[in-house]
Amino acid sequence: MNALMREWQRFTPLERFTRWAVYFSLVLALVWAVRDVEIIPEFLIDAPEQMLDLLARMWPPDLGHYHPAVHHALVETLHIASLGTLFSFIFAVPLALLAARNICPYRGLNAFAQLLLVTSRSVNSLVWALIFVAIFGPGAAAGTFAIAFRSIGFVGKLLAEALEEISPGPLEALNATGAPASHVLLKGAWPQIAPAFWGVALFRWDINIRESAVLGLVGAGGIGVVLDDAINFFQWDRVATILLAILIVVILAEVIVTRLRAKLI
Amino acid sequence: MSAGALRRRAFPPNWGARATALGLVAYAIYALGQLDITWARLVIGLGEAGRFLARMWPPNFSRAELLIEGLLESLQIAVIASALGILLALPLGLMAARNLSPWPLVVATRGFVAFCRSLHYVIVAILFVKAIGFGALAGVAALTIASMGFIAKLFAEAIEEISMKQVEAIRATGAGFGAVLIYGVLPQVASRFIGFSLYQLDSNLRNSTLVGIVGAGGIGGTLFAAFKRFDYDFVAAILLSIIALIFIAELISGWIRALLR
Repeated sequence: MNALMREWQRFTPLERFTRWAVYFSLVLALVWAVRDVEIIPEFLIDAPEQMLDLLARMWPPDLGHYHPAVHHALVETLHIASLGTLFSFIFAVPLALLAARNICPYRGLNAFAQLLLVTSRSVNSLVWALIFVAIFGPGAAAGTFAIAFRSIGFVGKLLAEALEEISPGPLEALNATGAPASHVLLKGAWPQIAPAFWGVALFRWDINIRESAVLGLVGAGGIGVVLDDAINFFQWDRVATILLAILIVVILAEVIVTRLRAKLI
Repeated sequence: MSAGALRRRAFPPNWGARATALGLVAYAIYALGQLDITWARLVIGLGEAGRFLARMWPPNFSRAELLIEGLLESLQIAVIASALGILLALPLGLMAARNLSPWPLVVATRGFVAFCRSLHYVIVAILFVKAIGFGALAGVAALTIASMGFIAKLFAEAIEEISMKQVEAIRATGAGFGAVLIYGVLPQVASRFIGFSLYQLDSNLRNSTLVGIVGAGGIGGTLFAAFKRFDYDFVAAILLSIIALIFIAELISGWIRALLR
């Protein structure tokens, strides 16, 4: 009788305990963070007032400032993002080929390529920009290389994953005809990963447009330089114009990428 | 069958792809000229890179106190911003789901969420620094906006993919809107929501190490100051610690994900 009345439970007591422990430690982390973080109460209290004041200074935007200064900076940003994306592929494609276990049979090389890809990904593009500003000096060259080096890890990882998922049939068929390795890759692997390749390229280009807008804050060229100047001179109506320009370009890029993806894939 | 069809090549040249490749190369050359990137500059840069790396080695951990303080503040910013972002994203995600909300609300919420995601978090951080002053509060506010936009969008998409049968079943019992949400909708999306939240916690941790560059608290300020003083051995120490912190955080969040599955 008692066996029939047994209530069904999804988790064992141990599972329930670990879940509870995980949630509890997350809450504990939050409590610690809130108690320990250095927040000045006066700043918190008049934050809404200050925000409204800032918005009031931004309105109306100084649209006359757009041409030529902001326009040229915006075009430079677009070049940095596009050229950076193109450059990243020069390094990312060979690294992806080395990292894919079904293309490159040497485990040591796989691990080495993965290590390079992880390093590229774990340094943020702004930090890459700081490094390249130290190397090339301020300007668009630093920004382009920052975008390229940050993108290598992202693009290389996704391409390597796409390569590892391809069907081995076409590769074996081409190998059986005695085709050289370059032909096997071009006619056996490439047609299978082409949709993923274009998808990754467009996705990264979209991200790079967003990221290249801030590189100028550390002196790596693009619209960020103009934004930084306007903020330092407290020209809030110009800041509003620049932010609007960035917003429009980012949204346009997203629309273009979505359209192209739907067409290509 | 005509002779022409028989002589068809197995791998005909793909003129479209060749034209695209040519176009990309032409663009690259044009853009290189526009951005003034030349071979001579690259060669000089390579020499500078060698000097830069030489000055980074060995990493200087002598100011460990400053380093740990900055890392802890970054961690706190990430935790608070994630918690606030998740809390705000819950109602926004529900309001942005086409299968639960009336369309005017969906359009308005989606517009707001898209706006939150469009501006880079560093730009948002600058605005908050100017409006509410230097310090961790500005970083928390900026990252909250970004997390809110990101989680709300993914959450809304997850809700739109749920099975409506369970929702209808709960509705048929005469349940109110709240009960439908709790028993019909949330159980279907809870695990994905936790996944998004953990992912956002990871990415907030990465981003919170950066907002300091514009004065919004955390290790970024220390990093930027070290760069400005050409203290490259301290820069190397900071970068290594950030990478280690992110690596540990990814291990922990992967472990939590496995536990909660």
